[in-house]
Amino acid sequence: MKQPKYLFNAGRMSRKDNTLKFTPVDEAGVEEQPRYLPIEQVGDLYVFGSLDANSALYNFLGQEGIAVHFFNYYEHYTGSFMPREYLLAGKMQVDQTKHYMTAKKRIEIARRFVEGAANNILRVLKYYNNRDKVKDLTEAIVSIERLLVSVPTTTDVPMLMGIEGNIRQTYYGCFDAIVGQTFCMDGRSKRPPQNELNALISFGNMLCYTACLSTIYHTQLNPTISFLHEPGARRYSLALDLSEVFKPILVDRLIFRMINKRQLQPSDFRSEVGGCVLKDAARKRFVQGFDEQLKETIKHRALGRSVSYRHLMKLECYKLQKHLLGVEEYRPFKAWW
Amino acid sequence: MFPTATLVNYLHLCHRKLWLHANHIRMEHTSEAVAEGKQLHEHAYPQRTERYREITLDGSVIDFYDPYNKVVHEMKKSDKMEHSHIAQVQFYLYLLQKNGVEGATGLIEYPKLRQTQQVSLTEEDVPMVEGWIRVIEQLVDSEKCPGRIAKSKCRSCSYFDFCYVEELPE
Repeated sequence: MKQPKYLFNAGRMSRKDNTLKFTPVDEAGVEEQPRYLPIEQVGDLYVFGSLDANSALYNFLGQEGIAVHFFNYYEHYTGSFMPREYLLAGKMQVDQTKHYMTAKKRIEIARRFVEGAANNILRVLKYYNNRDKVKDLTEAIVSIERLLVSVPTTTDVPMLMGIEGNIRQTYYGCFDAIVGQTFCMDGRSKRPPQNELNALISFGNMLCYTACLSTIYHTQLNPTISFLHEPGARRYSLALDLSEVFKPILVDRLIFRMINKRQLQPSDFRSEVGGCVLKDAARKRFVQGFDEQLKETIKHRALGRSVSYRHLMKLECYKLQKHLLGVEEYRPFKAWW
Repeated sequence: MFPTATLVNYLHLCHRKLWLHANHIRMEHTSEAVAEGKQLHEHAYPQRTERYREITLDGSVIDFYDPYNKVVHEMKKSDKMEHSHIAQVQFYLYLLQKNGVEGATGLIEYPKLRQTQQVSLTEEDVPMVEGWIRVIEQLVDSEKCPGRIAKSKCRSCSYFDFCYVEELPE
């Protein structure tokens, strides 16, 4: 079973026959005992520390279809090494492009992504609204439900984006009620995030985005042709579309859970000129929590068997593919538990 | 596009699978069954004579061809004999005939069952194979993806998740 590997420490990664060899380097620059990672067990590599590697390694990773995602010192996602596409399907590509180019077809899919995000947001809020400790969220829930009803009436993407923005704003307004005793949200701030909660959201969203990107890579979909987000020159924007649906369930719930269980505390952060960042140990805990979340399984009602959250992302790609091929209409994943 | 033996096999299994495969929407990379088949292909008959060759005819690959006895060997990991396997081998025999090899026969080997199945292509079979080719061409040229079949064998198909995933109403 292929699993993502997270590299927090600085070190050198190299190819040793058909195995990856990682030699950690301590702060004084002294090499430590190397660790070996069998290639067939490596999904993606997430690089948080400073990584030393040569082209022989990247050739090997490319050949094995392993992506490498890089994060800078401020935990900001800087980019990915994506191996060559190996699942090319001309018809799929043409159909995906057609759906982007035809305004009517594009908005239909874009609306579905917003609808999926809103439904999962509501699922999260309704869960916390039942908690005694949490202030009443009914008002926010009602207002998001109202916004959700207006989604089908949108006629273009900017209009839809406006509603999506309002939904998110209302949603983020609830964060203080859920974790307000420990952290203060004070509005959503990005690039750089200004406080702890914003730092967590940004970091979590980037993890979700890279997980979606890797999933798309293993399908015939083109990650640069998107529907809700404008296809960007530098971003794999279809991964942004897809992650909208999963962020509330995968990232936000994890944040709330870890804070409420006191696995994340104000002392786990440091404020710098570049914004607020997680300290090393806490970052490790959060990434671990996210990884466990992806591995967790639920019983899928249509398939009649247990599937992991990561596999749910793959299934979302299949549904999108079927929509694009005209097999059946895409309906976004909606958490039912 | 001239059909491959894989498509002939799929023609007798599932038209949707045929259409998706022909349009390069493939799932083999996710399939353990495919990995298992590959393993079997590589390890099942270690003492297999060296004179058997892999040959490519009109885009189809015959894994083991015995040119002296003119026998096509096809190995199946399946634990059930299927009509689609016979069709696939008959298609190989058709290709051989088309390329000037007369009187070849086929042998399907089921290592798991420890059984073999003789296959031949009679003169009456030829129009039948040509009929398959026409149907495949029609299916592949169609813009529309064929519907899914509701069969128990879907469970073991690599397209199962693709075909059956949907959002159920609450």
